[in-house]
Amino acid sequence: MSTRLATQGRLLNRGAQVKFTFNGRTMTGFEGDTLASALLANDQMLVGRSFKYHRPRGIVASGAEEPNALVNLGRDGKFEPNARATTTELFAGLTARSQNHWPSLEMDVGVVNNYAARFMPAGFYYKTFIHPRAAWKHVFEPFIRHAAGLGAAPKSADADRYEHFYAFVDVLIIGGGIAGLQAALAAGEAGAKVLLVEQTSHWGGRAPVDGVEINGAPADDWIKNALQALENMPNVTIRTRTMGAGVYDHGYALVYERLADHKPDADLPRHRLWKIRAGQIITATGAIERPLSFAGNDVPGVMLASALRDYVVNYGVSVGDRTVVVTNNDDAYRTAIAVKAAGLDVAAIIDARPDGGGPLAAEAESLGIRVEKGTAVAKVNGSKRVTGVEICPQAGEGKTMTLIPCDAVAMSGGWSPVVHLWSHCGGKLIWDDAQAHFKPDASRPPMGDKGQPFVITAGIADGAMRSAEVLANADAAGKEAAKRTGSTPKSTKAPKASDADENPMAPVWKMPQGAGYKLRSKMFLDFQNDVKVSDVQLAAQEGFESVEHTKRYTTLGMATDQGKLSNINGLAVLAESLNSEIPQVGTTTFRPPYTPISMASIAGEARGEIFQPLRRTPIHGWGDDNNADWEPVGHWRRAYAYPKQGESVEDAVNREVLATRKSLGLLDASTLGKIIVKGPDAGKFLDMLYTNMMSNLKPGKCRYGLMCTENGFLTDDGVVARMDDDTWLCHTTTGGAERIHAHMEEWLQTEWWDWKVYTANLTEQFAQIAVVGPNARKLLEKLGGMDVSKDALGFMEWAEGQIGGFDARVFRISFSGELSYEIAVPASQGRAFWDALHEAGAEWNATAYGTEALHILRAEKGFIMIGDETDGTVIPQDLGLHWALSKKKDDYLGKRAQQRSHMTDPDRWQLVGLETTDGSVLPDGAYAYETDLSRAQRGAAEFAEGKHAAVNANGQSLACGRVTSTYYSATLKRGIAMGLVRNGPDRMGEVLQFTNINDDPISAKIVSPVFYDPEGEKQNV
Amino acid sequence: MSDMSVSALSNAQYDGSVQVADTGLRGMITLRGDLADKGLAKAVKAATGLGVPKQRQVLTKGSNGVAWMSPDELLIMVPYSAATQTAADLQLALSGQHALAANVSDARAVFRIAGAGCREVIAKLAPVDMASDKFAPGTIRRTRIAQIAAAFWMVDEETVELVCFRSVAQYAFDILVQAAKNGPVDFHLPKS
Amino acid sequence: MLILECPYCGVSGEETEFHAGGEAHITRASVGDDDQAFETYLFMRKNPKGVHFERWQHAYGCGKWFHAARCTMTLEVFGTYSAQTFTPPKALLAEIAKKRSGFEFEGGAS
Repeated sequence: MSTRLATQGRLLNRGAQVKFTFNGRTMTGFEGDTLASALLANDQMLVGRSFKYHRPRGIVASGAEEPNALVNLGRDGKFEPNARATTTELFAGLTARSQNHWPSLEMDVGVVNNYAARFMPAGFYYKTFIHPRAAWKHVFEPFIRHAAGLGAAPKSADADRYEHFYAFVDVLIIGGGIAGLQAALAAGEAGAKVLLVEQTSHWGGRAPVDGVEINGAPADDWIKNALQALENMPNVTIRTRTMGAGVYDHGYALVYERLADHKPDADLPRHRLWKIRAGQIITATGAIERPLSFAGNDVPGVMLASALRDYVVNYGVSVGDRTVVVTNNDDAYRTAIAVKAAGLDVAAIIDARPDGGGPLAAEAESLGIRVEKGTAVAKVNGSKRVTGVEICPQAGEGKTMTLIPCDAVAMSGGWSPVVHLWSHCGGKLIWDDAQAHFKPDASRPPMGDKGQPFVITAGIADGAMRSAEVLANADAAGKEAAKRTGSTPKSTKAPKASDADENPMAPVWKMPQGAGYKLRSKMFLDFQNDVKVSDVQLAAQEGFESVEHTKRYTTLGMATDQGKLSNINGLAVLAESLNSEIPQVGTTTFRPPYTPISMASIAGEARGEIFQPLRRTPIHGWGDDNNADWEPVGHWRRAYAYPKQGESVEDAVNREVLATRKSLGLLDASTLGKIIVKGPDAGKFLDMLYTNMMSNLKPGKCRYGLMCTENGFLTDDGVVARMDDDTWLCHTTTGGAERIHAHMEEWLQTEWWDWKVYTANLTEQFAQIAVVGPNARKLLEKLGGMDVSKDALGFMEWAEGQIGGFDARVFRISFSGELSYEIAVPASQGRAFWDALHEAGAEWNATAYGTEALHILRAEKGFIMIGDETDGTVIPQDLGLHWALSKKKDDYLGKRAQQRSHMTDPDRWQLVGLETTDGSVLPDGAYAYETDLSRAQRGAAEFAEGKHAAVNANGQSLACGRVTSTYYSATLKRGIAMGLVRNGPDRMGEVLQFTNINDDPISAKIVSPVFYDPEGEKQNV
Repeated sequence: MSDMSVSALSNAQYDGSVQVADTGLRGMITLRGDLADKGLAKAVKAATGLGVPKQRQVLTKGSNGVAWMSPDELLIMVPYSAATQTAADLQLALSGQHALAANVSDARAVFRIAGAGCREVIAKLAPVDMASDKFAPGTIRRTRIAQIAAAFWMVDEETVELVCFRSVAQYAFDILVQAAKNGPVDFHLPKS
Repeated sequence: MLILECPYCGVSGEETEFHAGGEAHITRASVGDDDQAFETYLFMRKNPKGVHFERWQHAYGCGKWFHAARCTMTLEVFGTYSAQTFTPPKALLAEIAKKRSGFEFEGGAS
């Protein structure tokens, strides 16, 4: 059994007991525990089930590389699935539940997959779920969906808050082991601005656990002094619980700080995502121990040797009463020695090397530990817990020599530097034969914005396996980074570290060397995704020779741990299967983040009310008070309609339309773009920008204009007013203000930079209100001020003055066909002016109308709307706007494009009005069937007569048009629509059939798009 | 009718260890022209009593200020009540040359972020190095805060003034307040 | 994420402050030019593996357009310069030639 020891536990505060629950059972741990160490202290070795075979799984590691111990953590708004128990700090009240089993952890029916494992090899899903095709939807997919996924999905909204922080440093050091600390000291002493981050809650990494001495004293003493020195440097910032998640182009790094995971009740953001721009980045990220591949290496109780040592030394936890150590290197002997020192039994050390280990081995033997050389584990006995190991010669095929009873197995296959952060941004690796691992190739580092190297690795992450080398190389890295960022390093020497000499390790990729299929099919490479040695071999056999293909075929390394334990072992097996060398096979791509980070930290502050900026007009508050039905228009919110109490939105729209036509409507048009264009060349510039002439517009006058892109397509429209001799005011659509202003500036800055023109976007300077309807003038006259009579201010004229005491600029323009004034007042007076209009307009039933009424009013008049009648493929000629295309101008943006053959094709779809024969409203976007075979012939190479229309060679109906705007007109009491139809204007009176989803086609007649007041008498009074 | 004028958030204020406040309306004029021109310098001086700022510089004197916005643009700051007249005066003074003076007072919202943590509040939102040796009073930075455009400068070591568009004033206020509420990062603050 | 220096306001900012605008030094074709010339202007763009001259706008900053010479492979930024020019500065071209042997500037769309 696993239990708490009376001694050891350097990270524990034994004075502070902490209660928590696991699967509803209350357990006790100490402050300083991780959830994993506390579970082990409570003899909870079984923590989950594997993904595919639902095999029982125990804790394997003690840190970020843990593949098995994933739990559902917390509840409600603080719920999080797939939390690693090894990196979850224990706190009072923590609740955890195990994952991926049904009905319970101990009794899981999914384990039948395990017994069928023989029939579920790599690629099983791809091979099995192909036929019959119909089974996919009803059988396979529901089954896979039910089985897929590890943790539960959260049901409540996340109750926490998160933030970002932009920081700029000379040197970012990732990893707070002795290498990171020494690099920080060296860079900090040189005067560089340093940020040192450590993912766990404590400093020093493995050195104190491994008995390293620095300057003749225990590593812990040196660490304490180093921290004190760093705290005293004003130019150095240090952070625990902060992980280097990713390294990106030009020295950018994402660093993930977990502020409140260990104290969920604190009034703090839960996570902070640091967005760092560093001159230099030092990755002192340490190394990860590799498992060994022997049959049953996944049985709970089999653990990394270093992890088992961590649990003893750091957390005072005995993983088992009787431990067997299996190794191919000297380091694992430290585990045997530590276990023995804690008063526990070490049954044997199984060393695959014929010659065994060095001084550490001698020490173990002197402690009376049995050491078996040239030996392997043939098989682990036990299912939910190790009961013993059968041992055999490593050189053989697995014939058992002896059974050694035990309840814990500590395995070590050597160490792999954590090269992830080095590799994220293009740092290359080299293979180290002696250590059988990939390490950073310092000659091929990630390159920065000036072509300079910007990442340095330090310590064991650089392949320095002995602590003396670690400190020396970290010291050099810190100094080099400081130098590269403009500081002058001090000529100090690195502290001296010492640890035991070691014999060379021997690469062992499976145990025993000649293991047959039966054993290989129980040797797990990827514990979470259930990928075994036999699976990788099968993939190689089936031709998946590229490591990237093998990964995807077998899912090796695709679990939440991203192959931290399985990567190298898998590569080695693949290389062997391919009769190739590991460096030739290469690694898969290391991608950020190093370990999963919360989605919410990526979102940062962007949640809830501040998910996106919401743009509000000065009159927005009135809409809130008057039940506005808001619709998004870009980031603006505009009122779609203002339903009264008990009124439907549809009824409100109709009421607003009729009130405006009959008497008086008020529209908040503040969102319309207002761009000032001024300068000696402004007229010339606007003539290039608009399709029609603007240079000859007289001051005091307005003109409607169209703008096209260089592709010839219509991009925006609006009324231009000439302010004075060299100043024009260009109105744009709501969505166009920023875009058109940018468009103007782009042409001025990059093409016509010698033209003297300045622009300024004044959109938000003014609140603009459209006063519309037969009583519009009466209202303004009642408010008093400037002369707004027909003679003083004619249609398409503008004037400045005062209305009701407000400074106003009044444009007599109409987008509704009614008598209409658009009045701009300073934004800060917008709400007051709006209120004044309502108050004074009450006698004419002044009615606020929203965007839908606006759209209907304009559609009744046949006015086009950018974004409805246009979609980026429509040219002004398609919309019958030839009158707005100047023939006098040599050039304007889009003119040349409009001469291209497709643009001048007489068969283009062109704007018409559409009237359903029964008065109903056409569906928006409906297509018209082409029933005219002679017209269809021109559009298709092959065609024939079909059910509704001409069909092409594939039997598909040919379309000849589509609906672009469609509304119920309360004015006309029928449906009205506009659409684009092939040769439309030539087909007046023709009845077309329009698609109607799941129903018979609808008949509509082609008519003029101007449905209301075709002579334009009403706007011109 | 400036007595009817209200700023976007009507002087809303958040008081924490860092204070965030809508400062109310401020006179602001966009002035585009040749910044090297003597006539322009004279007009700016007449309007504000200040010279033409150098690249990324902001000059202030009492309630007047001039900020460098781009190689051909200045932001002139005066009391709100004087903005219309100042804009007209500037345009008149520059009538002989190619220049544009536009009153943008109502198109803006101005916030004051005050307290020792003001640098960190900004650094939570803007991709800008807010270290005291990299960003000091007298410098203006145009950039973004979260998802909107903004410009800011420091009035003194513990006060930032920030300008954004009026339509997004509520968003700007909300994100600034949240950043302030989330507390210090202890990165830009001196070590205690 | 790239960092670029805006030559107008002297700010070295991160990519999110900027807006990318495609290949630089494109010559406008218009009315009077034949279909081929116009097609080249509208649609034909270089996509080199290596040195690329491109347009950027300091969208969240001073609003100005400028040009950058950048390596599409290593992302090295050789330099930024005014958009109001037909060719890159000579000194910048010399600097690039030093770093990338065989490099020659080919102006305009091709």
